[in-house]
Amino acid sequence: MGDPALSRRGFLAASAAAGLGMTALTACGGDSDGGSSGTTTIEWWNISTTQPAKSVWAALARKYEAQNPKVKIKIVQLENDAYKSKMTALTSSGKLPDIFHTWGGGVLKQQVDAGLVEDLTDSTKPWADALLPVAREPYLIDDRAYGVPFDIGMIGFWYNKALFKKAGISAPPTTWSGFLDAVRGLKSAGVTPLALAGKEKWPGMYYWAYLAMRAAGAEALQKAYDDKDFTGAPFLEAGEHLKELVGLQPFQKGFLGAAYSSPTGQAATVGNGKAAMELMGQWAPVVQADAGKGLGKDLGFFPFPAVEGGKGAITEVFGGGGGHALRRGAPQEAVDFLKFFASEATDLELVKKTGVLPVVPAAESAIADPNIKAVQGQLKKATGFQLYLDQAYAPAVGQEVNDSVAGLISGSKSPEQVAQSITKTAKEEQ
Amino acid sequence: MTSTFLPDQRTGPGAGLPPQAADRARGRARRRALNWLTAAGFQLPALVLFMGLVLLPMLFALYAAFFRWGGFGMPSDYIGGENFTRLFQDEVFLGDLWRCLVLVVLSLAVQLPFALAMAVLLNQRMRGRAVYRMLFFAPYVLSEAITGVKFGMIFAPDDGFADQFLGRIGLDGLGGEWFADPSTVMATLFLVMTWKYFGFHMMLYLAGLQAVPRELTEAALIDGAGPWQRFRNVTLPLLAPTLRISVFLAVIGSIQLFDLVWVTTAGGPDHHSETMAVTMFQYGFKRYQVGYASAISVVMFGISLVFALTYQRFVLRRDLEGATTTMRGDGK
Repeated sequence: MGDPALSRRGFLAASAAAGLGMTALTACGGDSDGGSSGTTTIEWWNISTTQPAKSVWAALARKYEAQNPKVKIKIVQLENDAYKSKMTALTSSGKLPDIFHTWGGGVLKQQVDAGLVEDLTDSTKPWADALLPVAREPYLIDDRAYGVPFDIGMIGFWYNKALFKKAGISAPPTTWSGFLDAVRGLKSAGVTPLALAGKEKWPGMYYWAYLAMRAAGAEALQKAYDDKDFTGAPFLEAGEHLKELVGLQPFQKGFLGAAYSSPTGQAATVGNGKAAMELMGQWAPVVQADAGKGLGKDLGFFPFPAVEGGKGAITEVFGGGGGHALRRGAPQEAVDFLKFFASEATDLELVKKTGVLPVVPAAESAIADPNIKAVQGQLKKATGFQLYLDQAYAPAVGQEVNDSVAGLISGSKSPEQVAQSITKTAKEEQ
Repeated sequence: MTSTFLPDQRTGPGAGLPPQAADRARGRARRRALNWLTAAGFQLPALVLFMGLVLLPMLFALYAAFFRWGGFGMPSDYIGGENFTRLFQDEVFLGDLWRCLVLVVLSLAVQLPFALAMAVLLNQRMRGRAVYRMLFFAPYVLSEAITGVKFGMIFAPDDGFADQFLGRIGLDGLGGEWFADPSTVMATLFLVMTWKYFGFHMMLYLAGLQAVPRELTEAALIDGAGPWQRFRNVTLPLLAPTLRISVFLAVIGSIQLFDLVWVTTAGGPDHHSETMAVTMFQYGFKRYQVGYASAISVVMFGISLVFALTYQRFVLRRDLEGATTTMRGDGK
């Protein structure tokens, strides 16, 4: 009888030892001989889990360590959704990593309001002012900077030049009525004008958000959220314009059930030449080529058209990017690392190797793709900026926008009902 | 095994017995106490886990349902029953209840009879019987997520297998937008559900059928009963316990349906295939209105509980005799 007990104890001891060993090993990977030799270890949490970004970023950290022998950088990489839920837990526990990925907007504000984020306005001023202004927007809260960008992008129309030619459309439309004409033209040429992922809802929201921006100006969406009132005339007008578009039945067959990046989804429909346009961010070409065949030279980009009589200009941008923020009280070395990461040398490498859009104007030269250049051109001359609504708004309000706009597109909601249900949710939230 | 842990009712420790017997009784009492202790020791880890991971979260959800709470920190904004009144004015949630009822009725009226028919068929002597059984059971083994993704592709409008196949055999009129059309989404979903789950019920029935004694069917045959009469008056009554369990599982499964819907339609188009669990997920994990989501889960739990108790009390009474109706396993 003694033997099994012994072996059980032995097993327990072994697993305990293994556990300790693991802890010791991971500790070695981190701050090995921390304070004694004057080495500072910085924890850097990011979401670059896919190649090539993963190894490029790791190499950059090693490069920084080589330049600064007293600093060790411990990288923690989490996949997008896992990162979001982990950060939710960390935020409520009140302890954030030294350097962490942020999209800015409402989530960052929540963390700032909780007193967890370092104000970078003064410590980064000497070099951060040189970054692309539009890229810094998402991290400005009450005119104070809480983050430094490494990527920026925007939503616009990606179109198939060959199909436009087939329908006899010589130049991309710049006004809403011109856009509707183009849709009619494409339809009568037997081409599906637009692809939309109705199942996922957020791609539909882009139309409404842009139309509201064009009707009321770039500031309007944030103001309506702060005032908890989306029932103003421009928002109803945005709904009416979207309804006009939906009335033309411009979307692919079965769009209400379509996903975005699946092999039968929105991106693949455009990438396989089965629809002429999609309203999507700067990542669209990559996904089109990944989920479908990709359009190559036939792919073009144009900004969301202006709405006649609207206050918003065609140069106002709806978009967002990625950046880094620091926990409150992070060591000076963390600020130095942000400076290193936003330097021209680093940005050139990021643009060249990982395909992000430059945040350092001088790194523009590294862009090879003409479409990405076109997006960059729009961003550079941007006269206004609105962050993606799911990051700018509290989650419940962002989701309600997606949901009620989806209702408008599928025909179950009127523009008034959309405005009212978003207003109702916005009021409930605060 | 279990009997050693049960206190022996017939003999109190050493009561009214000769001295040696009293000693023996005391010894027994000590052993019994030791047994209790050992049992408690073994159960403690499981009890702690059950309390910590099942019971407490459930009680906490009940508590959170009375608050406006975003999931950060502790709930503090007490709003009484407001989440529940909001719930029963929420068109989506009322729709969820209706769709739940539709799925339950369809399951009971279509899926289970179909499974029963297949079970009876595959209980006959026939060539390749084992292969058919395995094939029909295979979908149940597949994960819901894989099933969802696969049928998403099959029912893709135009390009999907379903539309292509119907087109090839000249029935393109039957094709359509499947999951993408509000008027066909529930039927399509039910089709996939049936494909996925009928094999499981079929297996239950097959096991039940095999427990039906051949002598009884033979006796009925000798008495001149036809095939239908033999099925109706001999097989079916003997299969009843299995049927009752299968109905129970099908109803509870329909009330809690989530993964298949989430992967195929995410509740769309425009909420036309949303279930209570999907709505709860939307509010809890997308909108961070955790208080409201808790209220939904409480209602879901309530519906399941009321159904389960009523069903056990009135329908499963004979099958569960002794297990839940009394605490002691004496079978009376």
